[in-house]
Amino acid sequence: MNFGPVLSPDGSAAQLDAPLAWALMAGAALLFAGVMALLVYALLRSRRLPHLHGQPHGQPLRQQRWLVGGGLVLPLLVLGALAVVNLRHLLGPGVNAPTHSLVVGVNAKAWWWQLRVQDPGHPDLYTANELVLPVGRPVRLSMVSEDLIHSLWVPALAGKVDVLPGRVQHLVLHTEKAGRWSGPCAEFCGLGHTQMVLQVVALPAAEYAAWLHNQRLPARTPTSALQQRGLQHFMALRCNACHTVRGVAQAVLGPPATTGPGRASEGAEESAGGPDLTHLASREFLGAGSVRNNAAGLRAWITGVQTLKPGARMPGYGHLDEATLHALVAYLQQLQ
Amino acid sequence: MENELPNAGLNAPHDSAHTPAQHPLPNDLPRPPGELQQLQAAWLPPRGWRIVSSVNNTHIGLFYIGTALLFFVLAGVLGLLIRAQLAVPGNTLLSAATYNQIFTMHGTVMMFLFAVPVVEALAVYLLPSMLGARDLPFPRLSAYAFWAYAVGGLAFFTTLFFGVAPDGGWTLYPPLTGKAHSPGLGADFWLLGIGFIEISAIAGAVELIIGILMTRAPGMTLTRMPVYAWAMLVVGVMIVFAFPSIIAGTALLELERAYDWPFFIAERGGDPLLWQHLFWFFGHPEVYIIFVPAAGLVTMLLPVLARTPLVGERAVVWALVGVGVLSFALWMHHMFTAGLGWWSVALTSVASLAVAVPSVLQVFAWLATIAQGHLRRCTSAFFVLGFLALFVIGGLTGVMTAVIAFDRQAHDSYFIVGHLHYVLIGGLVFPLFAALYHWLPLVNGHTLSERVGRWVFWLMFSGFNIAFFPMHITGLSGMPRRVHTYSAESGWAWLNAVSSAGAVVLAAGLALCLWDLVRTLRKPETEHGDPWRGATLEWVPNNDYGMRSMPQITSARPLWDQPGLQAQIEAGAHWLPGNPTGGREALITRVRDAKPVYLMALPGDGWTPLLAALGTAGFFLLLTVGWVATAWACGLTAIICICIWLWGLDRASTITHAAIGRDVSVPVGGQRHAVWAFVLVLLVDGTVFLSLLYAHLHVAMAAEVCPPPGAALPAAGLALAVLLLWASAAGAVELASVRLHLGTGLTKHTPLQQHQARGVQWALLAAALLTTAACALALVAHNAAGLNPRADAWSATVAALLACAVLHGVCVVAFAAFALARSFCGLLLPCHRAVLDTLRLLVQASLLQAVLATAVVHGLPSWLPL
Repeated sequence: MNFGPVLSPDGSAAQLDAPLAWALMAGAALLFAGVMALLVYALLRSRRLPHLHGQPHGQPLRQQRWLVGGGLVLPLLVLGALAVVNLRHLLGPGVNAPTHSLVVGVNAKAWWWQLRVQDPGHPDLYTANELVLPVGRPVRLSMVSEDLIHSLWVPALAGKVDVLPGRVQHLVLHTEKAGRWSGPCAEFCGLGHTQMVLQVVALPAAEYAAWLHNQRLPARTPTSALQQRGLQHFMALRCNACHTVRGVAQAVLGPPATTGPGRASEGAEESAGGPDLTHLASREFLGAGSVRNNAAGLRAWITGVQTLKPGARMPGYGHLDEATLHALVAYLQQLQ
Repeated sequence: MENELPNAGLNAPHDSAHTPAQHPLPNDLPRPPGELQQLQAAWLPPRGWRIVSSVNNTHIGLFYIGTALLFFVLAGVLGLLIRAQLAVPGNTLLSAATYNQIFTMHGTVMMFLFAVPVVEALAVYLLPSMLGARDLPFPRLSAYAFWAYAVGGLAFFTTLFFGVAPDGGWTLYPPLTGKAHSPGLGADFWLLGIGFIEISAIAGAVELIIGILMTRAPGMTLTRMPVYAWAMLVVGVMIVFAFPSIIAGTALLELERAYDWPFFIAERGGDPLLWQHLFWFFGHPEVYIIFVPAAGLVTMLLPVLARTPLVGERAVVWALVGVGVLSFALWMHHMFTAGLGWWSVALTSVASLAVAVPSVLQVFAWLATIAQGHLRRCTSAFFVLGFLALFVIGGLTGVMTAVIAFDRQAHDSYFIVGHLHYVLIGGLVFPLFAALYHWLPLVNGHTLSERVGRWVFWLMFSGFNIAFFPMHITGLSGMPRRVHTYSAESGWAWLNAVSSAGAVVLAAGLALCLWDLVRTLRKPETEHGDPWRGATLEWVPNNDYGMRSMPQITSARPLWDQPGLQAQIEAGAHWLPGNPTGGREALITRVRDAKPVYLMALPGDGWTPLLAALGTAGFFLLLTVGWVATAWACGLTAIICICIWLWGLDRASTITHAAIGRDVSVPVGGQRHAVWAFVLVLLVDGTVFLSLLYAHLHVAMAAEVCPPPGAALPAAGLALAVLLLWASAAGAVELASVRLHLGTGLTKHTPLQQHQARGVQWALLAAALLTTAACALALVAHNAAGLNPRADAWSATVAALLACAVLHGVCVVAFAAFALARSFCGLLLPCHRAVLDTLRLLVQASLLQAVLATAVVHGLPSWLPL
């Protein structure tokens, strides 16, 4: 039975907290039932009292039991226990990030997630909106924001952490289960807040290695004439002003071309550019969860981005003719 | 423990028919003819539409409650729009831009234009009669506060129709609401509009605190004071200390938006978290500012409905005080996910849990009261029971979110939306409806329909639960707050559909109640006849002048324990049965034991409060849209109106002493209440200053080097010179004060001798000049040191502190000028020296602030490790 991401979680941090959530809910239900039972008792008890024609009166009551027992001892016991839980949580190790953990820089932007996968021995890999994790290996996210306050929340894997300008925040994700989860931005960040969803994909080790290998490669060269025409349109329309396609086009506004391993800064660099499209077709969604990444989705996105995601920096290309659009989509779809 | 044996002392007076008054009553009967007519004439309200110039708390209170309910309905409609948009996945009814404005306005209007005002409005209406007072001590101030709120609030609401409403959430977090990300006017409307409505809330709080402490009926000692008055006292003090921090916050954010002073911009040394600290230092007490009065209402209602004294009255009062104190320690629990330090999180989480203890204590006191008595089956009781159920749920989910590990999941999800509505609707709206059903007879004598009331209750109760309970599940299923739509795959569709259906049911209940309310209020006025056999004084038939005579109180439940009291009051057998001065007046009593101290003349109705409020609202709102000249004209109107009304205060009366009882007479006139009110204002002012100082500390500690490169402070010698000038100004005022005292030995009311008046005037002039010099020197010195508020947040906070000091200088000069003018007109006398006393307090507070600011700003760079 699945009770939703918080109560039936898949990530170890969330799994650590799920029993607590269950206990809190059960305890709350129990206390509520108890208080209501007491209320019913109080109402029934007063029936014994003859109604003295509206004159104020009362029947003897052990006031200390109600006030001291119910009003002081009970809450102090319950809340004291919870305070211990809190302190243990604060003092406890939590889910720490061992040395072998993977490091991913997250740059929360209005309104998408730029990811930089640190890949020892290779240049860092830039990708967007889809965080791929190896099953069983902790991933430490180093998160920065250069514009607004965002909050990364993948409820199935871990609690949320706010990402504020001027600070580096950390979050460790770890799961033993392959799967796909979505993580909405949890801190209201304006017009595109709804469409700022991070996809998290956990792959078994072998698949992850294959994914990583593929990501390292530069973009595929178009094979068919149609795809080639698409690339020409891509360049002619100056899509590369914002979007990098490694090996083909370096975004003018994008992140630096050569990012050596082991750079000092942990977060992604400041950049005004859009998502890196080198391996666009390997991602499930477009526009941080706005629309599915398929031919129809791409078409809708290119022509009507401002309707699909108002406020996005990319202008809509509704004026493109059918042939151009067709070629462009064909080119983008082969960017596996 | 006066009610350990509820039967004792209760039944005794009833079962014998002996004469109620063991002690002779304060006044002889029958009263002289014409006394009542004179009293009525003095309190005669303006006729027809001129009623808007009334300053009587009975009228202002009703306007105030009505306006707050209007905003409740308006914000409720916005809530329905939100539910309509979220009813189905992928809905396109509202665009993201519109949705953001609507949910921002829903929260803002509910919190700032409904919840806080309605709490104060009810107190303005109920408290004077509950305390046995004729009116509140500063009627024009409450009229001004009400009109500023009504006009400003309505203008603020209309921004929605022009699409320029704020859209950054009711919490208005920068950087989203900074100029770079919100270039429009919406955030400015919020900051200026809500900013000055907060000032009106503070005015209301000052009024209520002084009213509760100094205008209670004789004999109503602190232990005999109704619990509701205790609750409002706690709330008033909370407002005094909580609201300044949001005033400082809004001022800083508006300065950042208007003049590019980067308090919250991380790249320039600011910190977005600074806003969150300032906002929640206000925002969390705010929740209790809303809940404590509601708890007070329930505590008043239950004993009457159950016909038995409250169990644990003293414990409940302590619990209210405890909630008030603890609520200031847990603002950071709104920021658990924002990466605070270990100690902040640990202490805040403990405080968040601890605050539940006094709340639980109250719940058990209520339960015990029900068990001790016999609860009447009426709509009011249903709403109280509904409140108990909902508030317990809201409290339990609140405790859940105080558990950090759980909060990391629940925070900013629909779980929180569910929780906060249980606390606010369950905790405030249900008690408010109980109060409405209970106290409506006070308005025109009629009760609301019980039959309709049952429908109203069950529609509201079931609708509320259907709408908001599923939200807890929606949140734990991963739905974040403030999203304008969601996908069908998310699995949240059915939960949202249920919530939307519940909202419709809730709205139907509210609409039914409104219909019944309008129907009932249209009935002709009649005597209410005390339908619930109330225990407290508000059930004594009340007129525009309040009660005929101020009762001598000997019990916390006077109408139950003092038989015959009502008839004695109406016959005029108690204190102050007439109006000896011929005008409106209030009896000021001592804080602790409520012994009569002096008779205070109250102002009559007039247009200045309304005009001043219009001017203030016009100033702030027109400034937002950039009509600078008109805005200043409005501001000037407001200042002139306020000066006119201040000019008339603190004057000699026709008589020096007035007989309020058979052989008791008290002096007429006295300004202790005014001076204490000014002390409260200075506490507000001091808290604003401390918030600014905190902002400086916050950014200075975060800076890598302090002061940041390129910034500098004036030399220490210059800073000391400024302080010396401030000290001399304070000394000059002190001198004026001493000069005014000389000669009081002769007679208090003789005009000052020429040389004495001259001395006072020279001293006042010197004070004004020295203050001007202090401000000018501070400005010049900082300018010479190269202070550039736009350069970095540190400089910006220094400039903000400087601006605060200069503003105090302007006020000191204005007060001194006012005092000078009064002195020239012969109005500044040893016995009419309120303006000088307030000036003295103001200049001392300014000096203290200057010393503190200088010590911190100049001292910090050397204390901070490099």
